[in-house]
Amino acid sequence: MKKVFCRPKSIKRTPFHYCPGCGHSLLHRIIGEVIDEMDLQEIIIGVPPAGCAVLAYNYFDIDMGEASHGRAAALATGMKRALPDRIVFTYQGDGDIAAIGTAETIHAAARGENITTVFVNNGVYGMTGGQMAPTTILGQNTTTSPGGRREDRDGFPINLSEMLAIAKGSAYIERTAVNSPANILKTKKAIAKAFRTQLERLGFSLVEVLSPCPTNWKMDTLEACKWIDEVMTAHFPLGVLKDITGVKKDAH
Amino acid sequence: MRGNHIVAEAAVRAGCRFYFGYPITPQNEIPEYMSERLSKVEGGVFIQAESEIASIHMVIGASMAGGRAMTSSSGPGISLKQEGISFLSALELPAVIVNMTRGGPGLGNIAPAQSDYFQATRGGGHGDYRNIVLGPNSGQELADLTHEAFDLADQYRMPVVILGDGMLGQMMEPVQLPPEVQIKKLPHKDWTLTGAKGRPSRFLRSLILDPMEEEEHNWKLMRKYEKILKEEVKWEAFSVEDAKMIVVAFGIAARIAKGAIKRVREEGLKVGLFRPITLWPFPAKPLKELAKKVKHFFVFEMNMGQMVEDVRLALDGSGEVHFYGRPGGVILTPLEISRVISSYYYQKKL
Repeated sequence: MKKVFCRPKSIKRTPFHYCPGCGHSLLHRIIGEVIDEMDLQEIIIGVPPAGCAVLAYNYFDIDMGEASHGRAAALATGMKRALPDRIVFTYQGDGDIAAIGTAETIHAAARGENITTVFVNNGVYGMTGGQMAPTTILGQNTTTSPGGRREDRDGFPINLSEMLAIAKGSAYIERTAVNSPANILKTKKAIAKAFRTQLERLGFSLVEVLSPCPTNWKMDTLEACKWIDEVMTAHFPLGVLKDITGVKKDAH
Repeated sequence: MRGNHIVAEAAVRAGCRFYFGYPITPQNEIPEYMSERLSKVEGGVFIQAESEIASIHMVIGASMAGGRAMTSSSGPGISLKQEGISFLSALELPAVIVNMTRGGPGLGNIAPAQSDYFQATRGGGHGDYRNIVLGPNSGQELADLTHEAFDLADQYRMPVVILGDGMLGQMMEPVQLPPEVQIKKLPHKDWTLTGAKGRPSRFLRSLILDPMEEEEHNWKLMRKYEKILKEEVKWEAFSVEDAKMIVVAFGIAARIAKGAIKRVREEGLKVGLFRPITLWPFPAKPLKELAKKVKHFFVFEMNMGQMVEDVRLALDGSGEVHFYGRPGGVILTPLEISRVISSYYYQKKL
């Protein structure tokens, strides 16, 4: 019998600790598939964050070096400058990248650091129990925005990827989602393109992935996927925000 | 050569190829020198980071990749680096951190001070850890200790702090520079992250959720620290043989105190100097050894009294300990110290 589906070889045989319906496990798998397909396992180094994905090194069978909260882009900068022929990527949540790590991220992009960032946006601080994130949208209920986020009290959410697209040093920025099979495939393509951007030394690349957090959103899985389509994408529209790669063949 | 330039040149000669910094007076000559020097060395990387926090995390990244990496700053900037220093310790990563201390707290001023002794020797950031802290007192020691710091950092896989001050950083002195190290001949590191080629994948992490496991990690660090306490202690003893009174000081204050001691010796006062060179590990045993013959210890520091606590702990009641300090960036003078010594000496009828 022909084997048509299996675990990517760059993903360890460890059961994920993520909640049911969480986007992280899907995204780990997609990244694993891309690493396998591009044959990167021996030259890639990942930088997991503080946040739900802090244990990513338990799942990826690649070299990984954990960063403190928000500092992944700085750490990856030091690492990539020391090993310019390796592929270095950071894997960060919205609180990590768009609140405490804003400065590190913007400056890595501005310098045009040749690294890739996977930015998982689920609009809440997941691991600490669902507090308001920099990307919590107006009206969204969290444990620290009771009654829903209000601009007069909590301020507006931040569209970090749009800001990074302005940076002269960024080469490829795209926002995708993992709430449907079609979006999952697009996300996989975007991650592959981001790694290619790095291989071609074109500058900073980032894929923002809108990802469901049913546990903290207090929704079931299907509701959460629907909420991304109906509410979240209105504030964070999907699509390519910047692309200087000139590679059109895999545009979508 | 200027002190800051000495540190930078000695670092490059020790094989440092990665420097990440941020401007702050009185250490700006280090990044300035490095920006030029590292651009002319194969594999040399200099980045002026967006913050002190970013620079120490760039050090972490380069260190994970196996490079010899360094950052430097002063007072407020060192405070910002503490997060990264705690992570370096937890991750067991080598790095060299230079603090050309200035007057504090807060922004304070840009004058020389020794007020970061506690911060450096107690760890400085969160969690249970120590740094190796070296306290040079001259241009020559800036060169020698910076060079050695990289070996110590690699050997013990931990951060090493060079605790200088604004005066050492700015002072110009003749110096014999240490030899150029061949990077390829440095001991192999079997823990670096370079991509899992021809070996199983590795990870470096500081999150250890199981308290029993984290406790074991802490004990592992402790065993390393105990070895350092046993093997790496350095100090200088000057004119202690016949001394009735011992002056204890470190860094630039010790240099100034030595001048004062020479002055009072000319008047016949039997005073010696004990100068810790490793501030952590603190040379407690050799200091206590002196207390078998001498009962009077006088500590001089350019702060409100920090190392004096280590002196008291070391002597453990076996001598009288007094303190004289000038905080806030005021530089002690040999005359000032010699007056304090003389008045104490005659008061106690030594």
